[in-house]
Amino acid sequence: MKTTISSLKKGEKAIISAFDVASIPLKLLEMGCLPGNSVELLQIAPFGDPLYLNINGSHVAIRLETACEIEVEILTK
Amino acid sequence: MISKQNINVALIGNPNTGKTSVFNQLTGLNQQVGNYPGITVEKKIGFCKLPNNCKANILDLPGTYSLNASSIDENVVIELLLNKKDKLYPDVALVVTDVENLKRNLLLFTQIKDLEIPTILVINMADRMKHKGISLDIPYLESQLKTKIALISSRKGFGIDELKNLIVNYKSISNEPCLNASSIDPDYFNSLHKTFPNQLLYKLWLVITQDVNFLNLDRNEIRSSFTKSHSDLKRLQQKETIKRYQFINEVLKEGQKIDTTIATDFRSKLDRILTHKIGGYVIFFVILFVIFQSIFEWSKIPMDFIDSTFASLSSFASEKLNPGVLTNLISQGIIPGIGGILIFIPQIAFLFMFISILEESGYMSRVVFLMDKIMRKFGLSGKSVVPLISGTACAIPAIMATRNIENWKERLITILVTPFTTCSARLPVYAIIIGLVIPDERLFGIINMQGLTLMLLYLLGFGMAIFSAYVLNKILKIKGKTYFVVEMPNYKLPLFKNVFINVIEKTKAFVVGAGKIILAISIILWFLASNGSGSSFNDAEKIITVKNLENPLSELEFKNEVASQKLENSYIGLMGKSIEPALKPLGYDWKIGIAIISSFAAREVFVGTLATIYSVGGSDNEDTIKNKMQAEINQETGEKIFNFASGISLLLFYAFAMQCASTLAITKKETNSWKWPLGQLIFMSIFAYLIALFAYQLLK
Repeated sequence: MKTTISSLKKGEKAIISAFDVASIPLKLLEMGCLPGNSVELLQIAPFGDPLYLNINGSHVAIRLETACEIEVEILTK
Repeated sequence: MISKQNINVALIGNPNTGKTSVFNQLTGLNQQVGNYPGITVEKKIGFCKLPNNCKANILDLPGTYSLNASSIDENVVIELLLNKKDKLYPDVALVVTDVENLKRNLLLFTQIKDLEIPTILVINMADRMKHKGISLDIPYLESQLKTKIALISSRKGFGIDELKNLIVNYKSISNEPCLNASSIDPDYFNSLHKTFPNQLLYKLWLVITQDVNFLNLDRNEIRSSFTKSHSDLKRLQQKETIKRYQFINEVLKEGQKIDTTIATDFRSKLDRILTHKIGGYVIFFVILFVIFQSIFEWSKIPMDFIDSTFASLSSFASEKLNPGVLTNLISQGIIPGIGGILIFIPQIAFLFMFISILEESGYMSRVVFLMDKIMRKFGLSGKSVVPLISGTACAIPAIMATRNIENWKERLITILVTPFTTCSARLPVYAIIIGLVIPDERLFGIINMQGLTLMLLYLLGFGMAIFSAYVLNKILKIKGKTYFVVEMPNYKLPLFKNVFINVIEKTKAFVVGAGKIILAISIILWFLASNGSGSSFNDAEKIITVKNLENPLSELEFKNEVASQKLENSYIGLMGKSIEPALKPLGYDWKIGIAIISSFAAREVFVGTLATIYSVGGSDNEDTIKNKMQAEINQETGEKIFNFASGISLLLFYAFAMQCASTLAITKKETNSWKWPLGQLIFMSIFAYLIALFAYQLLK
């Protein structure tokens, strides 16, 4: 199974590796969600969705279904 | 005033960068708010004095993350920046950025710069740099970005004079672009350049990707020869975004240093508390509770004051002016009518104040985050919370606020159910009826019963909105991708000045907008109530005299009897009487019937209507509206007209009925179809009638 943002644990950091452009809103790209940029899972909303992320310095919340589309490589501490 | 000699300045920026604060700092209260023609996007223009006797028109454009528009609000920005003939086309653009989000904010800056408009980079919130361990090499950044930089704090008010100096000298700013557009896709852009050699490539690119018109170039012409599939275009847009970020990262690597050890953890601590799985909801609920309690408690005194002032003004006018038709119109039509408008001011102002504080502080985004999963179960989005809460002020801006909901089905449902939330026009109706039928006592010594009732009515509105969303979600068959991206801004202490200006503006717009309708309706009502045809109206004195031949009335009693005989047989009285059979099972009489008819265009007219009717129907002008309503007796049963059963029934009727022409108009505009507003009107009115009927029959 591919590792995506949805598999991150709270507080974990990762590097965005790949995604299909068509399944990601442009606005998210503009906020810095691009391959090579860092992402950190800050908070998970009650009931497990949406996710509150720090992407490349931007603080954004996205839904789980979008998070599942963004592949990442988890950084080991 | 807008003048051609003035420098046209456009304020552009991402949301949450303090753009509006900069606007307020530059212009003070010297602002005009209007709408862009044909669309309901707010257009704010202000005026600002600059050094060397220069003046500037400052245009505050809607907040946008980039020039790739995803809403009408963002489209406004592109339309203006591409149209050199627009009289507001900027001589200079100020791109406002937040020092803590410089990287992301610079994306928009590079796009604006590439349009060859002189662009000043405004780095706001500079007072937080030290706190966050950020240091900037301004000369380096200026040379790399080929611009002038103003380092300011709109919050602390520093850097504004320097910014004004930069505006005056805008001509010295380079027009060189940041990104060579053809580097996005050399083959494609080179052929584009060959076909339109005199046009700026980046502008052509925007015309191809965006829904805007540009100069005399026919968009279809450009598109047909340079067509690409939607996903190809998006791939190119992604490439553009990556190129821009590469450029920005390169520049910031040298120009910006962040010492992460200094930054405090305030934000994440507060986030943990405010989005806690139990605590988060408790806090949200407590905040709402406090807001509604205070709206009721704080506005009581000013409202009573306004009410009694207008009552005495009315009697003053009828005593001091020469008796006649004109005096009657003033003392019985116009003054109570205006009073009926002004009495809203305290509650509306407090409500707008609280909403503005919630938005300014950054708390609203946390609520969106907290509520999204729950709201989705009802076919709504977490973002629907903002329209539903601001719907408590007015459904019109609330329906406009649904524009940032990405998914059309979620957006449509939000639009359709928002009118159920308790808007401020319902407040005066609720306030006066609660005051009449709910005792002013305290539960457990602290909770005000009237305030509690008000809160229950608000919850009822929300509950009904959520319930109908659930039903609509099951009925409507619309498919679409559910995109959801919310920025979580930094927490900020709301600025008094911003909140104040916002409250003044919104209250003014409401009073003037609603005021015109209410005033016109009051005058028409007064006319219909003081005129009539037929002998029962014209010979009222004779009829009353004959009726009471055996036990003569005192002069005052006689006057009152004549007045009510006349009202009952006036034009409006006949109208009210004709619908009375339909309203009787709900516990209303024909006077309330008149108020309901007249408030079908705007529900806030209810109180004003009753005020006018009772002023015409009684000889005593001195009393307040509330006392007059209290004294009304049902002639058949001898009971008070406004008793517990009829009061609750009225409250429920106003809670559910669709009585707002403006909301129907905005729904039509935003959904582009008459189907939805008509559905709202029919469903809500029938539902309101049935519920009110049920409640009265149960309680009487």
